[in-house]
Amino acid sequence: MRILFFLLALATTIALVVILDTTKLLPAPLGRWLSPQQGIWQNAESLDHDYNANLTIPGLKGNTEVYFDERLVPHIFSDNEEDPYFVQGYLHAKFRLWQMEFQTHFISGRISEIVGDAGIKSDRGFRRMGITSAAESSLAFMEKDEVMRQTMDAYTAGVNAYIENLPESQLPIEYKLLGYKPEKWTNLKSVLFFKAMSYDLVGGDDDFEQTNLLKILGEADYNFLFPQAEDSLSPIIPKGIPFTKSAEIPLAPADADSVYFHRRDSLWFTQEFKPDPDNGSNNWVVSGSKTKSGKPILCNDPHLSLSLPSIWMEMQITTPTSNAYGVTFPGLPIVVIGFNDYIAFGVTNAGRELKDYYEIRFRDASRTEYWFNNAWKKADLRIEQISVKGSAPFIDTVAYTVFGPVIYDKTFKDKLNQNKAYALSWIAHYPSNPLKMWYQLNRAKNYNDYLDAVQYFNEPSQNIVFASKEGDIAIKQEGKFPLRWEGQGSFVMPGTDSSYMWKEFIPRQDNPFSHNPEQGYLSSANQRAVDTSYPYFIPGSYDMYRGVSINRRLSVMSNITPDDMKRLQNDNYNVFAEHMRPLMLRYVDRDRLSPEALRFLTLLEQWNLNSDIQETGPTIFENWVDSLRPALFRDELFRNDLPVIFPSDEIIAQSLIRDSSSFKFIDNTKTPETETLADILTSSLEKATPGLKKAEDDHRLEWGKFKNTSVYHLLRERMLPFGRLGLPIGGGKHIINATKQKNGPSWKMVIHMTTPTEAYGIYPGGQNGNPGSPFYDNTVLDWAKGQHYKLWVMQQNEKKDKRVKATMKFSS
Amino acid sequence: MKFFISIILTVLLAFAFGLYLPWWSIALAAFMVSALIPVKPGWAFLVGFISLFLLWGGLAWFQSVNNNHILAHRMSQVILKEDDPAKLTLFAALIGGVIGGFAALSGRLFRTLLR
Repeated sequence: MRILFFLLALATTIALVVILDTTKLLPAPLGRWLSPQQGIWQNAESLDHDYNANLTIPGLKGNTEVYFDERLVPHIFSDNEEDPYFVQGYLHAKFRLWQMEFQTHFISGRISEIVGDAGIKSDRGFRRMGITSAAESSLAFMEKDEVMRQTMDAYTAGVNAYIENLPESQLPIEYKLLGYKPEKWTNLKSVLFFKAMSYDLVGGDDDFEQTNLLKILGEADYNFLFPQAEDSLSPIIPKGIPFTKSAEIPLAPADADSVYFHRRDSLWFTQEFKPDPDNGSNNWVVSGSKTKSGKPILCNDPHLSLSLPSIWMEMQITTPTSNAYGVTFPGLPIVVIGFNDYIAFGVTNAGRELKDYYEIRFRDASRTEYWFNNAWKKADLRIEQISVKGSAPFIDTVAYTVFGPVIYDKTFKDKLNQNKAYALSWIAHYPSNPLKMWYQLNRAKNYNDYLDAVQYFNEPSQNIVFASKEGDIAIKQEGKFPLRWEGQGSFVMPGTDSSYMWKEFIPRQDNPFSHNPEQGYLSSANQRAVDTSYPYFIPGSYDMYRGVSINRRLSVMSNITPDDMKRLQNDNYNVFAEHMRPLMLRYVDRDRLSPEALRFLTLLEQWNLNSDIQETGPTIFENWVDSLRPALFRDELFRNDLPVIFPSDEIIAQSLIRDSSSFKFIDNTKTPETETLADILTSSLEKATPGLKKAEDDHRLEWGKFKNTSVYHLLRERMLPFGRLGLPIGGGKHIINATKQKNGPSWKMVIHMTTPTEAYGIYPGGQNGNPGSPFYDNTVLDWAKGQHYKLWVMQQNEKKDKRVKATMKFSS
Repeated sequence: MKFFISIILTVLLAFAFGLYLPWWSIALAAFMVSALIPVKPGWAFLVGFISLFLLWGGLAWFQSVNNNHILAHRMSQVILKEDDPAKLTLFAALIGGVIGGFAALSGRLFRTLLR
């Protein structure tokens, strides 16, 4: 009897431990999570946490000191050129380890290891894009450069020095919640981080949709609705600056007209791997002739998916040859957007289309041979083993062709289930050493150093803006760009011979470029860089209105101060609405509108065209336009539900303004009557009205509430309480303050080239990636308010300054 | 008297184990103390429960207060679907207590086996 009682008690104890240590019965291992000595409470960082430390690490070259200020910005001072990057790696790991590893796992197709079979689709997709093999060849290329290899080695060693001494109880909370552990950092992971950036910034295309549209619309209508440049384009390179043309434009293949431009079949195909279409950026620079101080001011705000932990980490890195301040990417050494004692630099996305598809004809289901230049050619098969949490590994085989990896084929279909195979040619497959540009920009002293630095930049192509204390301003669109024949790559191309391949690249010296223009300012906002006088064919996914807004404002400004520039970054004026609203108000038929719709129309009429949080106008405008787009184009474009895209807002506005009575897409071809602009404007407003009424009843007709800008944790819906949702911030699409629901200015920077440098900046989040730290999200509300912090460029002799809150010392 | 000594010993031993061993080492601590120091059989569960309830609740609360409950606010929404740091602490304390209680009871019954 006694033994029975004992066994019963023991069994209960063991059962409880097992239940609370695993997810066999409960959705979470609650015992492991809630243990105060191992679990989440250990991540509850004390408000007066002591960041001081003295670290002795064998192998360091010299002495490095780190001073943390009140916002936990590390100011790194080193007596040599390598250790500061070791320390940068160490600090990135200390504050952002989980995010660095998660992002590189994600891009290399290893997310199933963490989340189980829900991640297989995404993992296969990224592996089939050839990202890891591209990263491997880029790494080999970068490591041939001795300085870059040393820099990356130092960074990697720094990350690993932190990981090696990290007790399990101190693991970032996400590891505890997801139940895995960090692995060692490698140089390859840093390159993978670059490839993640390339995916985000030059990983977009609409080639399949465009192929269908060309067939549905015919060449004339297609070119009309999807032109290369808009009428009201305000290009990055001021109009009138002549371009050079040092390469011959190749001729289109002889059969292009019959098999490419006029292909017979349609593509029942949905490209499922597309980056956030809202990724973009603003940057601009004004020369001393337009500022109050007589010194240039440089501004930059990159628009990326808003996330916590933030994509950026602010740092000052001082070495014997450089004193760079700005934001860094956890995962990479060096300052990416910032300034030093001589110059400032910033980037926006070039938006060029650098991803093409080739239709591959395999000999048989084994995918070992494909038809190329009139013969069967062997494909290289790369076996991808995807480890899956909680089940057996998934084995995928990817065929590599002369064009690139075959992303889609019979074994990896899109949801429309077409059995065709498509190989991917992508600029990110080419070896590149982008880090070298940033390494040199961190050390640049003048305009010539800038020119020397940017030549190393291949991908992801950017508009690199520059200002120096000597008074120079410049912008250059840099990257590796295929030299295309007119129309090459806009549609899916035949993959049976070499005539459609990328062969040469646009010579560097012909890339769009401007230095000290007469107008005294330069800007870029993801618009097409050049007007139609540029000699090359440069398709892309461009955004026009922000550029129009910025250039219009800069052109009339004078005596500019940094405060003016901060206000411009926060500007909520909607130029798209400025173009569209008069037309909408003029043609809508008020007599036919319901009282409810009429009321919304009146509110829209009273709107001041600023997309501020308390305005209702922007909500009404956006909803009306959202219902207008399909009213215009659904009948003509959506044939048989083939995947297509709508023409851009720029083209809609331009066409309707130019041609309000006879624009042929106004008529709904599915009805016997001939509709007028008044008809479709009236019916589309009526159609938007119930949604607007619902928003009004829910008290979210005001733009800030309707837009609901939110900064999610990287795990998104899985971890909502780690995000900051429903932030009071205006702006939106086509607006300088490009804050949308989940995407927006991820860093806002204003640099005044005075001595000492006057600098301002802010990003939404905080320096510490730990959701249990007061520095996790401390800047979010200030960011939403449109504030900028004054950046402290610390000097060597300010070690005793009261802004220094903690000191870390590294030596061997 | 033995009752209080047992509680103090269990708390100390569980804390020491927790520095080096996995979280469930609290069960070992409670088992060992009640196997070595006999209290009335019915009270053994209470010794384990109270010890670990106090240890887990106390440590969690202490760390959370120093953190101004920043993390507990977030984690209580993740685990309990409501924003209540105190409730999350209580929940942690109960988990510790229940495991401690059954482990101590097992230890006490183990001792009776050997007699």
